[in-house]
Amino acid sequence: MEQGPAGGAGGGAASSGGSGGVLLALSESEQQRYSELFSRCCPPPEAAAAGGSSVGELFRASQLPPDTLHQITEVCGAKRVGYFGPAQFYLALKLIAAAQSGFPVRIESIKNELPLPRFPALKADGEAWYGTPAELHPGKFQLPQAALEKNSYKRADEGDKQEAKSPPLSPICSPPASPSTYQRMALTYGYGKSRSGLEQQHGAPYEVRHSAHQQDGPGSYGAKPALACSTLSRSLSVEQEQQDSSSHYSDDPWRITEEQRDYYVNQFKSLQPDLSSFISGSVAKNFFTKSKLPIPELSHIWELSDVDCDGALTLPEFCAAFHLVVARKNGYQLPERLPETLLPEYLQAASLKPIHDCTLFDSYSEALPGAQQSRDFSRAEKPSAEEAPASPALLQDGKKDDKQALQGSAALKTIPKEFQHLTMKTAAQESSALRARPRSRSYSSTSLEDAMKKGEEPPTPPPRPQKSHSRASSLDLNKIFQQNTQAARSGWLPPPPPALPPRPSVSQTEQPSEVELHPQLSRAPAQAEESSPAKKEVVLAQPPSKPARRKLRPEAQGLETPELSPTISGTSALPAAKAHLPAQKQASKQKRAIQTAIRKNKEANAVLARLNSELQQQLKEVHKERIALETQLEQLRPVTVL
Amino acid sequence: MAVCIAVIAKENYPLYIRSVPTENELKFHYTVHTSLDVVDEKISAMGKALVDQRELYLGLLYPTEDYKVYGYVTNSKVKFVMVVDSSNTALRDNEIRSMFRKLHNSYTDIMCNPFYNPGDRIQSRAFDSMVNSMMMQVC
Repeated sequence: MEQGPAGGAGGGAASSGGSGGVLLALSESEQQRYSELFSRCCPPPEAAAAGGSSVGELFRASQLPPDTLHQITEVCGAKRVGYFGPAQFYLALKLIAAAQSGFPVRIESIKNELPLPRFPALKADGEAWYGTPAELHPGKFQLPQAALEKNSYKRADEGDKQEAKSPPLSPICSPPASPSTYQRMALTYGYGKSRSGLEQQHGAPYEVRHSAHQQDGPGSYGAKPALACSTLSRSLSVEQEQQDSSSHYSDDPWRITEEQRDYYVNQFKSLQPDLSSFISGSVAKNFFTKSKLPIPELSHIWELSDVDCDGALTLPEFCAAFHLVVARKNGYQLPERLPETLLPEYLQAASLKPIHDCTLFDSYSEALPGAQQSRDFSRAEKPSAEEAPASPALLQDGKKDDKQALQGSAALKTIPKEFQHLTMKTAAQESSALRARPRSRSYSSTSLEDAMKKGEEPPTPPPRPQKSHSRASSLDLNKIFQQNTQAARSGWLPPPPPALPPRPSVSQTEQPSEVELHPQLSRAPAQAEESSPAKKEVVLAQPPSKPARRKLRPEAQGLETPELSPTISGTSALPAAKAHLPAQKQASKQKRAIQTAIRKNKEANAVLARLNSELQQQLKEVHKERIALETQLEQLRPVTVL
Repeated sequence: MAVCIAVIAKENYPLYIRSVPTENELKFHYTVHTSLDVVDEKISAMGKALVDQRELYLGLLYPTEDYKVYGYVTNSKVKFVMVVDSSNTALRDNEIRSMFRKLHNSYTDIMCNPFYNPGDRIQSRAFDSMVNSMMMQVC
């Protein structure tokens, strides 16, 4: 009975079949099915002939051996006419059905009543699958009848396998509380699909999809039942992927979806705001330990994801590690080698162009940003945000200071990272001898530390050989002498040579500024600016390492404070008094007055300190002269005595 | 193509020891243990010179009738000991050195793993696979 619009075509096909004028007897269901398959294989505008490649794919999806397919192609006449017209196509489909039922590929066999041909490995429209339910638009739920039918056939194929696979679900170790929802969802998919009826199965995932966020998936009609089956197969075992001939997007549990990637990136940001920088090993360790996976597994995950083996995770490495953790929590066995889709280069390239594919985890990732996992890890966010500064506690103080400060946090963040790298390096100190791979980060950290150390301890330069005290460069000193009434000793001495003040005096000047800055953190920028002019005078006469120190000062004030505070010598009452003054924290007026007084005192202090050092230098020189004279005397004396 | 490979910590306890499965594996453990004395001797002999100048590869520690024992020390006093079958004459010094270098590289990779606490037994699969590739294949 040839009916429908394809009836005429069918008749024409029958006549032009070329194989003895076979009348194709198509039942209604067959008619529908074939027409739908045909329309899928050939794009609508050219309804004349089906595209060869899509037809080929369809035939391969029938899972018949290739030579059978060749035979079918020959018999249906496509080889002869060179294309797959509707006649040839329908003939071919019939022959496929026959072959699948076990009949030989002959025209005679299709005269019988045959079931519909089955295409177990059928892909939607020949394009990549759009894997999971969440991807599909709930609005496109109108499944044509044929799709349901096709689904029923597929289910017949896979149903047995599902039954066999569902028992292994239970032995999968159920990870603790938070990801149990994921497993439950997997289980419901598995059990639901294998047990409940067709409609229910469709209903359940549809609801899930409905509740899920809606994405602009292409949502082809055939994709959904295929998706339902594919989700099922993936959730049960990885081996079922072999059903599909190629590892397409949706089959791959190791492929990161867009939402997952966004989630991972947000988590990365919570640990390390700079996306192009790294998360150090200890921070990552604390973070991933919260996932409550056993340590050997976490260790293995780290080995897999840290591709360059530097003890730190970049953004793609972090995404890979996180993905592996999620996979492991959902019952997947960890691979021996990092899958291609998790390689950093791949992830970095992928991050540029968003991939609209979904895997199993899409359905889980709905919960991920929502409740469970974020609860787990948001707890991590705060503690980790506090922990990361905990180890370099000093730098963290400096960090807080710097929130409004000049130098900005970028430089500071590199410092904690490098300091942590430094600790990593000391743990693995033998690496320096033999590493072929570049370890520039750890090297730079050592140099930075050396530079900072040098800044802390300025070496005293050799004393000036001048005997006369005529100086031209201490004009500032003169000014200060004249300005400062407190320095009544201003007219005391001619300006001494600008010798380098030894360290304690520097700490004296530093210390009051430190002490006054420390309690007044909010005024840090103003303080820095106020103190810097006071320091400039100190800086002028000092070795070049001082500016390095001053430069670092706004960055790491906190760092210097603990270093300088032990050196509080309390040599003069003034700094001690100044320490008391700012500690009181009175009204702002008092503060300002105190600050100006402090500044003046600081200047005076600086002057006096310099004076002190210069006088000491002079004393040394005088001593030397004396010694020289004495030796001369000794040499001359014997002459006179004799 | 070693018969036994061992990684000994600074305090002279084993972090990792793997030998070709034979009937008498304990013999290899014993050999490695006794070779530690030789290693210490070699280290102290060079002790006068700066640590940097000391070479990491110690060479042949001592030969026995059936096999030879080679040693290698890192800068943090972690020792690698390798027992090689004497009948395997094709193995040259350079090859031994390269094997030790690979061991050392893998060891530093393990160290970079923050989940590894120095002093724990080594349980890394990557390290295992690397060591397996160096062991002799027993038919």
